[in-house]
Amino acid sequence: MNETQRTRWTESAVETLIRVLGFSTIGFVALIFLFLLQQGLPTFFEIPLGNLFGTRWYPTFDLFGMLPLVLGSAMVTILAMAMALPLGVATAVFVREVAPDWAREILKPMIEVLAGIPSVVLGFFGMTVIAPLVRESLGAPTGLTAFTGALILAYMSLPTVISIAEDALDAVPKSCRDAGLAMGATQWQTIWRVVVPAARSGIVTAVMLGMGRAIGETMAVMMVTGNAARMPLSLDSLFRPVRTMTATIAAEMGEVAQGSTHYHALFGIGIILFLLTFIINLAASSTIFKKRHRGGLR
Amino acid sequence: MSRPHLLRRSSTPAQQSSSGATNTETAQYTQMNRDLGQRLGFAMLGLAALVVVVPILLVIGTIVARGMGAISWEFLSAMPREGMKAGGILPAIVGTLLLTAGTAIAAIPVGVGGAIYLAEYAGDTWLTRAIRLAIINLAGIPSVVYGLFGLGMFVLFLQFGTSILAGSLTLAIMSLPIIISTAEEALRAVPVEFRTVSASLGGTRWQGIRNIILPQALPGIITGVILGLLRAAGETAPILFTVAAFFLPHLPRTVLDQTMTLPYHLYVISTQVPGMPPQIQYGTALVLLGLVLSLNVVATIIRSYYRRRRQW
Repeated sequence: MNETQRTRWTESAVETLIRVLGFSTIGFVALIFLFLLQQGLPTFFEIPLGNLFGTRWYPTFDLFGMLPLVLGSAMVTILAMAMALPLGVATAVFVREVAPDWAREILKPMIEVLAGIPSVVLGFFGMTVIAPLVRESLGAPTGLTAFTGALILAYMSLPTVISIAEDALDAVPKSCRDAGLAMGATQWQTIWRVVVPAARSGIVTAVMLGMGRAIGETMAVMMVTGNAARMPLSLDSLFRPVRTMTATIAAEMGEVAQGSTHYHALFGIGIILFLLTFIINLAASSTIFKKRHRGGLR
Repeated sequence: MSRPHLLRRSSTPAQQSSSGATNTETAQYTQMNRDLGQRLGFAMLGLAALVVVVPILLVIGTIVARGMGAISWEFLSAMPREGMKAGGILPAIVGTLLLTAGTAIAAIPVGVGGAIYLAEYAGDTWLTRAIRLAIINLAGIPSVVYGLFGLGMFVLFLQFGTSILAGSLTLAIMSLPIIISTAEEALRAVPVEFRTVSASLGGTRWQGIRNIILPQALPGIITGVILGLLRAAGETAPILFTVAAFFLPHLPRTVLDQTMTLPYHLYVISTQVPGMPPQIQYGTALVLLGLVLSLNVVATIIRSYYRRRRQW
């Protein structure tokens, strides 16, 4: 084999390998879904639908009502986003549009640090520091409540919300700002009435991805929400213990017999979680792709 | 970066000229109102930023202050004793390091290869879009679902058992999206001229990538790899059912052994063991936080150092 032949052979071998590696991510997503289905699909045959959509999750008594878990996740997530949306967008606007350089130099690394703190450390902090504060200020029997969980979750999703909202603000063309200022608006009016509305779709994406992060968060939520599988129906259940889908899987998988109905049911919750986050990310990324197609925004 | 300054400078003369031109009381009143509104608005934004930052400092400050007392040579280098209430956390530290190393070995080739494909080979086809969609979705899958997947595929189907191997592979798949997207960004940042010059000298595509583009993008790729591994090192949920041992007073011997890990150990001693001395809990939290944040700092330093040094 001469030099040229060898080069050509290496070239095609490497290209094939890289192509395979490139496509591997699709394979991994498919594999994850397949294994969830394989272990979790039996749930939906073994357990009657009435039981599955019931309001009581007591696996020891063969009661597998997933409603309290789904509602628990929903409540904690929505509350977390209600806190993270205004905070995150305001911080992003501050960092992008208003902050002096020194403040930006502090803020950006701090937000990166927040993204790097392991969820179990935040959960530990929530348990030992925030929960007692919540308990004392409410006079409740326990500080491990939906509210405490939502508070921690809000901070955990902030880095996602802030960085994507920042990108969205960055994508608003300078001509929009100049036009606002030229009309005699103050910088604040321009930001509030022109720049933020123009970045709306990006901000929606930011919130959706933050929400995806919050729904899927496990350890911190499990450690601070108290884990009582109760229907969160009234408003004061905000300040009672609640149990999420993720926490249920993490807490119960270790004690369950492999292949039992309970085991399948936990994988069933996994399927629901996978599909939920898949849909959220699909919706979020479709706005990202749309922007890419439109092109000339910048 | 300099945009806010431009804005601020351009807004002030405009306001002054408008108030100077119509010198009536109403105009001055509106002017004052506008300034007040702007000042109030900016103050609100600043306040929001403070509300975001201060708790971060509080978390780190509290854990450092309460955990510092527990840190000693014995704490870092001894086995746990008396039901983990005394002694050290060596097996957890070693376990986390081994697990992270295993994750690196599995994730780096696949992640960097995937990034090279996306940055250098892929065209704008529906398949490429499908890959991007897959990456976005991998990044969004809940960590506990990765745990379920690892249990189903590596522990049970491939029969690795609860082992370092199973856990590393699970964590590797989880850290792929971060590695791929940062590495792709680093590769794309290398100017197109480098590729043209390499090709004009008769280099093949792969020769260009291996000899010119990869070395140029290396700092960015390393940063991405560190960020991905850092996320893996701190995760608990994916290793709950794939590696983690509650209590194991010896070091793992093969990749098929279980091991204690720092994040799971912190979870165990803060929720599962009653009467745990708080100092040991905070000490463990501090070691974990220190490990993760120091990696974070290393990544940031590499990134800013090379960004300043590069010549394009």
